[in-house]
Amino acid sequence: MYRILKAEMLADKIYLMDVEAPRIAKACQPGEFVIVKMDDRGERIPLTICDYNRDKGTITIVFQTVGASTEKMADLKTGDSFEDVVGPLGNASEFVTEDLEEVKKRKYLFVAGGVGTAPVYPQVKWMKEHGISVDVIMGSKTKDLLILEDAMREQAGNLYVTTDDGSYERKGMVTEVIKDLVVNQGKQYDVCVAIGPMIMMKFTCLMTKELGIPTVVSLNPVMVDGTGMCGACRITVGDEVKFACVDGPEFDGHKVNFDEAMKRQMMYKSEEGRAILKSREGDTHHGGCGMCGGDN
Amino acid sequence: MDVLKKVPVREQDPKVRATNFEEVCLGYNEEEAREEASRCIQCKNPKCVKGCPVSINIPGFIKEVEQGNIEEAAKVIAKSSALPAVCGRVCPQESQCEGQCIRGIKGEPVSIGKLERFVADWSREHGIVPEAPEKTNGKKVAVIGSGPSGLTCAGDLAKLGYEVTIFEALHEPGGVLTYGIPEFRLPKEGVVQPEIDNVRKLGVKIETNVIVGKSVTIDELLDEEGFQAVFIGSGAGLPMFMGIPGENANGVFSANEYLTRSNLMKAFRDDYDTPIVAGKKVAVVGGGNVAMDAARTALRLGAEVHVVYRRSEAELPARAEEVHHAKEEGIIFDLLTNPVEILTDEKGWVSGMKCIRMELGEPDASGRRRPVEVKGSEFVIDVDTVIMSLGTSPNPLISNTTRGLDINKRRCIIAEETTGKTSKEGVYAGGDAVTGAATVILAMEAGRAGARGIDEYLSARD
Repeated sequence: MYRILKAEMLADKIYLMDVEAPRIAKACQPGEFVIVKMDDRGERIPLTICDYNRDKGTITIVFQTVGASTEKMADLKTGDSFEDVVGPLGNASEFVTEDLEEVKKRKYLFVAGGVGTAPVYPQVKWMKEHGISVDVIMGSKTKDLLILEDAMREQAGNLYVTTDDGSYERKGMVTEVIKDLVVNQGKQYDVCVAIGPMIMMKFTCLMTKELGIPTVVSLNPVMVDGTGMCGACRITVGDEVKFACVDGPEFDGHKVNFDEAMKRQMMYKSEEGRAILKSREGDTHHGGCGMCGGDN
Repeated sequence: MDVLKKVPVREQDPKVRATNFEEVCLGYNEEEAREEASRCIQCKNPKCVKGCPVSINIPGFIKEVEQGNIEEAAKVIAKSSALPAVCGRVCPQESQCEGQCIRGIKGEPVSIGKLERFVADWSREHGIVPEAPEKTNGKKVAVIGSGPSGLTCAGDLAKLGYEVTIFEALHEPGGVLTYGIPEFRLPKEGVVQPEIDNVRKLGVKIETNVIVGKSVTIDELLDEEGFQAVFIGSGAGLPMFMGIPGENANGVFSANEYLTRSNLMKAFRDDYDTPIVAGKKVAVVGGGNVAMDAARTALRLGAEVHVVYRRSEAELPARAEEVHHAKEEGIIFDLLTNPVEILTDEKGWVSGMKCIRMELGEPDASGRRRPVEVKGSEFVIDVDTVIMSLGTSPNPLISNTTRGLDINKRRCIIAEETTGKTSKEGVYAGGDAVTGAATVILAMEAGRAGARGIDEYLSARD
């Protein structure tokens, strides 16, 4: 059992938990993820690691409720436990294993969209711990949905916040901020790391390609075991089929086939996709599709 | 009684079992088992034993069955096998013990597998448990993976007095016995869990949710956690796909995913949270045991199922009994057929599968006749779900994170066959991680060899 030491709601449908998982806390690196399972009948749910405390043996997870399983998870309180937490899974971000002097020579831009702020945070924190000041753009739909702003401000060099509806700081998409920084303010970046909703990563990549900035994205597709065994998380990068769990989750964003990845994700995220799933999954349809809540 | 024929084994009616996940074969009762045992002619030089990868004293245990000493029969088997209830169910007996049986020359061989299963089930039902050694020798061994090779290696070492901890990546132990082989062939609560519990009763600890290579490395186990030797039984690995257009469409699954959802996550039961796409018309591509398992799972979830295989029936690599059962249940075999493209609708879902007819040419490296495409014979099978069952390639998690562990061209770990010794001191390996995808019994044989190798290594260090 993996005890929850802290559980709080960050925004509507977005939750943060500190969980006891000593092996993972000792081994994990920015870029990696975990799989959690609530109880003996639950699903295995992949989640990003937002933070970790090696001394206390805890990891911090952040998740958004998207279906019956994550909604049930949101009800967990401090003192409750997960039956299973496994990880770290996937590969650490490239800069973690590269020569630090090389990394220090580069200018990094991090772009975080929505709940994607959670996996961006430990990367930015790692940068600060290694004496590297980075620019961070955080985008969300509205002010109320913005998460981890103060925490990010502490770690980032410059932080630019934008909301789709203009309810806080800048108004508009993250792509507009990227363009503003590069074209109007004359900033130069060697690497962009963009993590957020698939559509945001797609358009960020279109923008950075135009601006000639190599871009890394982190993908979080459907998966079962997370160790390479099931192949559910396959995506096309360039001409190759890759498994997000063992080859990723970070990939060259300019080579990812986002349209295919979105089609695969749409079966869980769109009304139509959910209806198709419901008919195909029959009695086993428990709301893993997203918001319908399942039949139970 | 016709002495040339096996005593028939009771099975669920094909029509009934096609709609449930209960075990297909019901096994012998004591009377039937003793009658079947009487068919064994107790060869002086028993060929069946040579056909068994773990060399069970087959005439020995059969003799005890015939005389009604089932507990004694269990002891004979236990000397060689830690998982008899599993092996009696999933070993390819026709190409091993039963394939060598003298009775098989004129009639049917003795039903060795069903007798082994009977003995194992009887012992479980009568509460016979293996005895743990009175005290340990204080030496710690780590076993990676709780599948057939890991369980066997751990069990053998525990009997010798070692303190063994198994590290399992998934949340349930058992490896392929748990996530891969379906309930209707190998019941989990009834058969697999009790066999794992027997290994625990020998003193073996099992820590789940530990991915060696990620959660902890082999070097850390050896240098920081006090283990003096490690056995790698991490299993096969990543599912292979064909590389044809449309393969990433919604509705295309690996057999691994399909079976893991159903077996490990219990998606076939509506009181579990994990879903599974049942499909109305399902094509399973491949002809091995895993393909049969996936096909029969899809059938039980309500689909019309086609097994699409590029060679002919004679080359099907699956166990004869599985093919026979699949046919009885109504699986359709599209043989000498190979997919060339998966067709999709505008939403990215499977709408059909374009195939080409094949014919058999000259024998290839495997000794089987090579399938060759018949030009211009393309046609479309109307399916909404495709399950790829084409084998696996090794998982790189351990080899990438362990200093000094050599792998071969196929990226399998290199290990000596008789001892499991690898290129790294104190590290032994066996099972699918070494051989590529094979059978439960061969993995058990390798686990046994690894235990021998580790015992020799650690004994020599005293």
